[in-house]
Amino acid sequence: MEYFLKLFLSGTAKGSIYALIALGYTMVYGIIQLINFAHGEIYMIGGFTALIFGGFFFSKGMPVGFVLLFSVLLSIIYAAAFGYTIEKIAYRPLRGKPRLSALISAIGVSMVLQNFVLLAQTEKFLPFPSYLPEFKWLQPYKEYINSTQLIILGVTAVIMVLLTFLIKFTRMGKAMRATAQDMHMAQLVGVDINQVISMTFIIGSALAAIGGVLICSYMGQINYYIGFIAGIKAFVAAVLGGIGSIPGAVLGSFVLGWTESLGTGYISSDYEDAFAFIILIVILLIKPEGILGRTRRQKV
Amino acid sequence: MRQPPVFDEIIYEAMRTLDMKYQDIYSSQELASFIIYAHILHMRKEEYKMKRRNMVLAVFAMVSLLVLSGTQSVFAAPIKIGVAGAHTGDLASYGLPTVNAAKLVVKDFNDKGGINGQKVELVIEDDQCKPELATNVAAKLVSSKVVAVIGHICSGATKAALGIYKDSKIVTISPSATNPPLTQSGEYPNFFRTIASDDAQAKLATNFLIKTLKLKKIAVLHDKGDYGKGFAELVKQYAEEDGIQVALFEGISPGAPDYSAVINKISNAKVDGVVWGGYHPEASKLVQQMKDKGMNISFISDDGIKDDTFIEVAGKYSEGVYATGPTDTSTNPLAIKAIADHKKEFGAEPGAFFLNAYGATQALLNAIAKAGSTDYNKIVAALQSEYVDTALGNISFDKRGDIIGFGFSVFQVQNGKYVELK
Repeated sequence: MEYFLKLFLSGTAKGSIYALIALGYTMVYGIIQLINFAHGEIYMIGGFTALIFGGFFFSKGMPVGFVLLFSVLLSIIYAAAFGYTIEKIAYRPLRGKPRLSALISAIGVSMVLQNFVLLAQTEKFLPFPSYLPEFKWLQPYKEYINSTQLIILGVTAVIMVLLTFLIKFTRMGKAMRATAQDMHMAQLVGVDINQVISMTFIIGSALAAIGGVLICSYMGQINYYIGFIAGIKAFVAAVLGGIGSIPGAVLGSFVLGWTESLGTGYISSDYEDAFAFIILIVILLIKPEGILGRTRRQKV
Repeated sequence: MRQPPVFDEIIYEAMRTLDMKYQDIYSSQELASFIIYAHILHMRKEEYKMKRRNMVLAVFAMVSLLVLSGTQSVFAAPIKIGVAGAHTGDLASYGLPTVNAAKLVVKDFNDKGGINGQKVELVIEDDQCKPELATNVAAKLVSSKVVAVIGHICSGATKAALGIYKDSKIVTISPSATNPPLTQSGEYPNFFRTIASDDAQAKLATNFLIKTLKLKKIAVLHDKGDYGKGFAELVKQYAEEDGIQVALFEGISPGAPDYSAVINKISNAKVDGVVWGGYHPEASKLVQQMKDKGMNISFISDDGIKDDTFIEVAGKYSEGVYATGPTDTSTNPLAIKAIADHKKEFGAEPGAFFLNAYGATQALLNAIAKAGSTDYNKIVAALQSEYVDTALGNISFDKRGDIIGFGFSVFQVQNGKYVELK
């Protein structure tokens, strides 16, 4: 039972890592039905920005709390700027064109960003210092969960609540929902859809940056390629939970994390990825729109 | 008794003629003893003069002997050494450094007067790493009466050529053929190599964890890749042969952010050590997440983590981690000289297997010199019994032909640096 609990908690921690990335994925998809493959790269760039600014502040002898706060803030701003720019140059010109074009454009952006970081930074793995606090009271339970995992879990929960609130109860959220339902109609009733979509990308990218900082702190390393692998898993999680749904992305991530963790623990880690895709297939067979996804009725 | 005067010549002259001027100072007994003393001194001096004359004679004889033997070597037939490998084609970059290495070593030996008065001559043949060409090359080298062959480069080509050399009793030393059966099958007693075989790393790591760390129960993890999984499978096989329990043998997904599930599994299996077959990015996450969970068990890995990036990334978590890797030659003066010579002679950094080939040629020529002849059995015996200083370190060969003294060593991270464990 203790073993099960350990595996369950490590699955939860893993799930919250996926969820942090999946939230941004699902949000962008929910509004403009585009699978933003560059999302993983934004996450990686967020990590790199925090690494660079963090190192800079730290070398100036600033306190750890300050370093953490400002490097996270700057990486959010930087990543948001990236998100905004990408949407403007790579997705906006393709709006209204077949959805496949935007998808291919997204894959292209993903490759461009990866290679940009590869050339501008390094191809090597770099150590990522952890500026996150260590909880002393958690020390006796370190076999179950550590401080960084707990922080990631907490941040994921907070972001999920905030996003849900933003979309359900604010003016901007209402505009987003309107855009998601019907772009033309939203425009007709006076919603500035360019602004709304830009805002979606800015928020999505900011989330990716937060994820980047936290997950890199957890892994203790960063590399230009980490976004791709994390992006794929987060995408699976988002689809599993019902892409477009905020709580769905979180639930899907947890299901994925639990499956992988328990599969590894009781069967073999050789098939970790296989478990992830088997659960995806099983759920899509039973409920094609994902666990919490809503079916859209096609009007004929 | 008073001290006699210092100069023995004076004493001798004085005493012999019983000079009157000492009569007041010394008693007659003293004078007598002085005379005897002086006589002995005189005798010794005579003896010394004789010896010197003999020495001059001996030196003269030696010089004339050297001159004679020198003139002889001009007429003596050179010792022919074959150099075979890929010198053209896709794999030329693996073969050409060996040619350069052999040329440099042979030049060094010939400048010092050759081996036992005989000059060394190279016969260079290209096999393009193709087994069918390698047999032709071997036949050609045999007919040009080479004493030994440095090569071949690729395992396949080496295997194809070895049978021919074996029948003609030609010693063959490869700087790069790593296929284990070449030596382990015992089929080719004429074959030697200056590179560790493919399984040497796994064997070394297993021996280390059994003999030095005395582990009883281990977990073996790998990254599912050719290199990592190959290493892990061999470690598992060797460990089980030696009665070590491999409680866990699993592949993990490279690049995943989190390995806590598999670490929970390791902790549940209650092992004394973890063997990792793979590269450093996953290894640093594994050691970090293991230590975060309070697990302090040995972590042993391969050449894939024997990289300073691992220490940089894993930081304090890397402390105490073991890794096997090629023996360090960077401080060996002979290796430094070999590389410097290469730059001087060919104007470039040496390529793949250069030092292995350099060491192979040095070992071979030394063995011929020690054997005192080009007889096959004597050369083989010399290779297996003599330790020689080469660019690879102080090396010799075991009965199967694998190199001793160079290959893989175990390293441990100590104070942020890889330290070779002796």
